[in-house]
Amino acid sequence: MAKRTIIPFGPQHPVLPEPIHLDLVMEDETVVEAIPSIGFIHRGLEKLVEKNEWPEMVYVIERVCGICSFGHGWGYCKTIEGNMGVEVPPRAEYLRTIWAELGRIHSHLLWLGLTADGFGFESLFMHTWKIRETILDIFEETTGGRVIFSICKVGGVRKDISNEKLSEISEIIGNLKVELSELTDVFLNDVSVKNRLVGVGVMTKEEAVEFGAVGPTARASGVDNDVRRDGHGAYGELSFVPIVEAEGDCYARCKVRIREIFQSMNLIRQAVKQIPCGAVSVVVKGNPSGEYVGRMEQPRGEAYYYSKGSGTKFLERIRVRTPTAANIPALVHLLPGCDLADVPMLVLTIDPCISCTER
Amino acid sequence: MIERKDLISDFASIGADELLDAAQDFKGKGYRLGQSCATKIPDGIEVLYSFERDNVIKNLKVTIDDKAPELRSVSAVYGYAFMYENEMHDLFGIKFKDLSLDYGGKFFKIAMETPWNPALVKGGDE
Repeated sequence: MAKRTIIPFGPQHPVLPEPIHLDLVMEDETVVEAIPSIGFIHRGLEKLVEKNEWPEMVYVIERVCGICSFGHGWGYCKTIEGNMGVEVPPRAEYLRTIWAELGRIHSHLLWLGLTADGFGFESLFMHTWKIRETILDIFEETTGGRVIFSICKVGGVRKDISNEKLSEISEIIGNLKVELSELTDVFLNDVSVKNRLVGVGVMTKEEAVEFGAVGPTARASGVDNDVRRDGHGAYGELSFVPIVEAEGDCYARCKVRIREIFQSMNLIRQAVKQIPCGAVSVVVKGNPSGEYVGRMEQPRGEAYYYSKGSGTKFLERIRVRTPTAANIPALVHLLPGCDLADVPMLVLTIDPCISCTER
Repeated sequence: MIERKDLISDFASIGADELLDAAQDFKGKGYRLGQSCATKIPDGIEVLYSFERDNVIKNLKVTIDDKAPELRSVSAVYGYAFMYENEMHDLFGIKFKDLSLDYGGKFFKIAMETPWNPALVKGGDE
């Protein structure tokens, strides 16, 4: 048996966008075990439920993640609305869907850029983030924020988007499609990119189910699972079929996210065409009591939200189970057997968001 | 178009000794383990397991003593439960028997002293 050594990987590492620490137990160049630890940026956001009234908690929950902040805000509002039996106006549901899909495009583009950076293709990273900038501009124009939006509230949204502005957004998205198609060609067909992704970190469908993987990580292994299929928001009125690939390797995870960007663009354009007129929020009276567990499809996958009301302005408990938390078991099981040089690609392709996971 | 399926979220309280069988039962019926978390309550610690299938979430609550919190791990049924159970061990001090992958309290490395369970801190009170 070769001599075993332990290589500490992270929490600070050039290819890591997020601070996870892995003790990689190595035999020569092969990983035989990966022992994770997290907690370096734990912020205790769930604890703040004791100090903030439930309508204000949406600002805290949005800060779970700086990338899918809109999605977390919506997830929290949807859970409280489920708890209190609040019916949200249809226009607000459409607006939420549009912002959520813009968030998905922004998140996937961010991930594609980081992955390009991870395999050393700096110009590809810059081109990808250039496209992402346009999405952030749309967020800024429609919500006032580029990272934290504070646009979602229990009962609807705080601000409408005019139909003229929505048409403009639809046109911008249409133009981005052309630009993105050129980048797609590089990500999916460039030989040097394929050398780093194809056949690396293969997870079968059975393994994805066994390890509880979610989101694009699971869908790249053939698991046809997407919370948007329940038809919440405006999804029930849009044409939507989850993107699934069967290969289960890093390349498939990249392909799923690229295809999902185009799908999100289509969903936005459909929503802009179909959005009804009307109010964007309802007045919510009373306080949540009892318990409720809700879920959402964030860019990285399925997220859970547990709320326990007390009938007062303060909830007794709020819990967010983020997609990365569900994908860590898959990562821990995937790493053994891979080459040390492939560790960054394997870690990156589950799209880890550790600050979300620690909350 | 997708047919809208409203989410159903049911809660039930069970005894600690019933948890593993209940988890096995859910797995047999095709439910996934969605999440698990702990909540400090006046009478002890409430541990919640959420199982999901076709947008129906069945939540099982187990209340355990906070002075010697111990529970049988469901990782023998749902392998990936080790992630949630290691977190609950590190942050709430719950010992999980038969945990498939036990990081021995070194999974969550946070700056504050853990676990956050006053009953386990020497001389601590609420």
